[in-house]
Amino acid sequence: MNFETTIGLEVHVELKTHSKIFSPSPVEFGVDPNANTNVIDWGYPGVLPTTNKGVVADGIIAALALHADVEQHTHFDRKNYFYPDNPKAYQITQADKPIAHDGWVEVDVDGVKKKIGIEEMHIEEDAGKNTHERDYSYVDLNRQGTPLIEIVSKPDIASPAEAYAYLEALRQRIQFTGISDVKMEEGSMRVDVNISVRPVGQKKFGTKTELKNLNSFNYVQRGLEYEEKRQQQVLMSGGSVRQETRRFDEKTGETILMRVKEGSDDYRYFPEPDLPALNISDDWIKELGDAMPEMPTKRRERYVNDLGLTDYDAMVITQTKEMSDFFDATVALKADSKMAANYLQGDVNAYLNDNHVDLQATKLTPANLAGMINLVSDGTISSKMAKKVFKAITNGEEPKAYVEAHGLVQLSDPAKLQPIIDDVLQANPQSIEDFNNGKKRAVGFLVGQIMKQTHGQANPQVVNKLLMTALKH
Amino acid sequence: MNYFKTDLASLHADLVAKKISSKELTQATFDNIKATDPKVDAFLNLNEEAALKQAAEIDAQGISADQPLAGIPVALKDNIVTKGMKTTAASKMLADFTPVYDATVTEKLAQAQMITVGKTNMDEFAMGGSTENSAFKTTKNAWDQTKVPGGSSGGSATAVASGQVPAALGSDTGGSIRQPASFNGIVGIKPTYGRVSRWGLIAFGSSLDQIGPLTHGVKDNASVLSAISGHDDHDLTSSTQAVPDFAAELNEATSVKGMRIGLPKEFLAEGVSDDVKAAILAAADTYRKLGATVDEVSLPHNKYGVAAYYIIASSEASSNLQRFDGIRYGYRAQDVQNLEDVYVKSRSEGFGDEVKRRIMLGTFSLSAGFYDAYFLKAAKVRTVIMNDFKAVLKDHDFIMGPVAPTPAFGIGAEIKDPLTMYMNDVLTIPVNLAGLPGLSLPAGFSNNLPVGMQLIGRPFDESTLYKAGYAFEQNTDFHLQVPTLGGQN
Repeated sequence: MNFETTIGLEVHVELKTHSKIFSPSPVEFGVDPNANTNVIDWGYPGVLPTTNKGVVADGIIAALALHADVEQHTHFDRKNYFYPDNPKAYQITQADKPIAHDGWVEVDVDGVKKKIGIEEMHIEEDAGKNTHERDYSYVDLNRQGTPLIEIVSKPDIASPAEAYAYLEALRQRIQFTGISDVKMEEGSMRVDVNISVRPVGQKKFGTKTELKNLNSFNYVQRGLEYEEKRQQQVLMSGGSVRQETRRFDEKTGETILMRVKEGSDDYRYFPEPDLPALNISDDWIKELGDAMPEMPTKRRERYVNDLGLTDYDAMVITQTKEMSDFFDATVALKADSKMAANYLQGDVNAYLNDNHVDLQATKLTPANLAGMINLVSDGTISSKMAKKVFKAITNGEEPKAYVEAHGLVQLSDPAKLQPIIDDVLQANPQSIEDFNNGKKRAVGFLVGQIMKQTHGQANPQVVNKLLMTALKH
Repeated sequence: MNYFKTDLASLHADLVAKKISSKELTQATFDNIKATDPKVDAFLNLNEEAALKQAAEIDAQGISADQPLAGIPVALKDNIVTKGMKTTAASKMLADFTPVYDATVTEKLAQAQMITVGKTNMDEFAMGGSTENSAFKTTKNAWDQTKVPGGSSGGSATAVASGQVPAALGSDTGGSIRQPASFNGIVGIKPTYGRVSRWGLIAFGSSLDQIGPLTHGVKDNASVLSAISGHDDHDLTSSTQAVPDFAAELNEATSVKGMRIGLPKEFLAEGVSDDVKAAILAAADTYRKLGATVDEVSLPHNKYGVAAYYIIASSEASSNLQRFDGIRYGYRAQDVQNLEDVYVKSRSEGFGDEVKRRIMLGTFSLSAGFYDAYFLKAAKVRTVIMNDFKAVLKDHDFIMGPVAPTPAFGIGAEIKDPLTMYMNDVLTIPVNLAGLPGLSLPAGFSNNLPVGMQLIGRPFDESTLYKAGYAFEQNTDFHLQVPTLGGQN
């Protein structure tokens, strides 16, 4: 039996606003429990929410980044349920008219391009956090009211690999807008997954299961792969898939039954009476659209077509907006684009990985990287010397000043090199004979001697050229 | 000291002229409350120490002519939060609840330097029309202590009507200011939705709730409304409309001459008592004599108001009252085994019967499968009712009618019969559904019990209602009659 798979993803993206979505409390992390809360966040008697306009703007920006249609006349709804981390016992969200609908992103899986649809996206508040110890449970409401965008996919995703690619595309595009850090490891991007399989040709979707504890894109893909196979096996052995929630086990790569779902929860949604409806003007959408940074797909096209990068290089450089902006700024300072791309993918990425830092947290600047690349390009320093210079610019040093201070200037003047070469040749007649007898490695030895004489400062290209001329005479 | 023979302007003049100090006035107020409240049970809590201290401070600063309310006592319904002063909403759920912040109206009264002397009794969470649903006590009608004061702002109405305070704030979701004002022979206004900030009003029906003043006279009412109105950044449903100095618009020249008044035939239909009808028809004649025209008009969908209201208000309430879960504040049941126990037992023990009835009604109306038939249908009915009013108010300056179908009924007479109780609001509810201003003022008596008249205006046109009310007051003497409660008048 052949099967086809349908995957649905609900992605929560935490927005980087200064204050919460419905209260003026600050949004920041790492503070004492309940430090960033006020009467609104406590769900105190008599309090009212006020809408943070910045969150609505971010919702519009996300919609534009994901090619979605903005719903210009929309409102908030209440989703009612009791839980200690939900102090009003309702979440203010959008159920009836989400802020945007019908978007898409393009993914590329093994060279096959596909558009994946986005059903809708809405803005809402996050809940607080409960922690449990033996005798007590604790409620921290710092996260209560943190703004979220929830993005719901259409049933277009047909494989775990596509799910991975979809998440990567979402992450990248939203990261480029700057509205969120979109980091799964920090919880600013969270993914709820459901999957069903059905025999090819069957009209009706199969029964879906939901997966929890998927804390990275990799786990999402692995969890889905396991679950896809499990459901296929259940169906092939004549069984039927139950509607259930399963937990992904990171160690075994298996999914484990958490609970069987019967019916659906009744959240008694109704329009939030404390907040006026939102009317989003054409002008506002245009204003936000005009101010949006260039999206990664556009940048990749530009890098390949205008700057001559390979597809792969362009892809790596556009992983984050910071890297891509850094690249653009470096190239704008006349640095060779291929060298800039190579340094960013090589030395810079290695540096970031070794030190576990983000690019914006380092002392590296486009000016210093461009300065260093330009010194290599014009022959002032060798690429070997550049290694030392790179280390210096990670400490914030200006490359030209560093090169001069450390006498790293490359010796490229033939008039100065010729006498040294002549001396070395005179001192090594055996090597000349070896060369004449066809032993090419004699050249390496001679170059080494010349470099030794110049304390490594000779320009290897110039040395090679002069040496070959001398040897062939 | 009782407040029968005076008004806010005279009190202000006396304070400025130092004929009396604010501290003396405040002390006399407490003395009178202590003497009279055992008969009427209007107050839940008094704020004596802080109030006297505040009065002394105001005296020390001196009261100037541009502070018309400074140094004058006021009472607040106990669903308006007051920082450091117990706020219970007359519920066991909040019996020991002391808020850490002030409602916007509390702040505004403090800015006007009014002195909050205490918190008044009410139906629990403002649900009821008789103040019998208070978890703590039943307030009595100022005119007859065997009768209800109306509700839910019964404590505020009785406190004013029995001369304990010159002004009080109430809240009105379906008639909770106007009906007790009517039952007690005083003036009360439910302002246009959005006129007064709801920040710090413990929510009942968020799309219907408004805070408003209760006073002896129309002009007093106008002064207090100006002081508490205006846009508030804390309440996005509060309006940015300019707030007139309503009282300044009222003087000897105030007239209804040339005004067109609509008298809906549905307001004098079956269920409205003969005495009430007679009072309203007499009031219509008064207005005609004063040069206005009174036309019979129709609000054909008025009869659906009560049903729509009990769905909308209860739905909103069922959600608003979920926060009372025993976790962070308020009543928490003892002897609980798990989280669900905390919720179920705290709420079962903390809420009274009427509150539970409405939570269940609202929860049902919002449930999957019933939402369209109930909540959504009610929302549509609301729009139809709004349009009825809009049509009449297009060519009428305001609408007049009764406040309630009958005068005050006996304590215990209706409390076992929720549907009859709900029908008392049939004439006030549609005004909340439409978000319009409604003024209640004395217009007659029936067996020595006051009968009120309701004036309903265009959105944010409280001015016209006050002018019409003031003109009526100037030409009648109903407002001059006072109960014999204290025996001092």
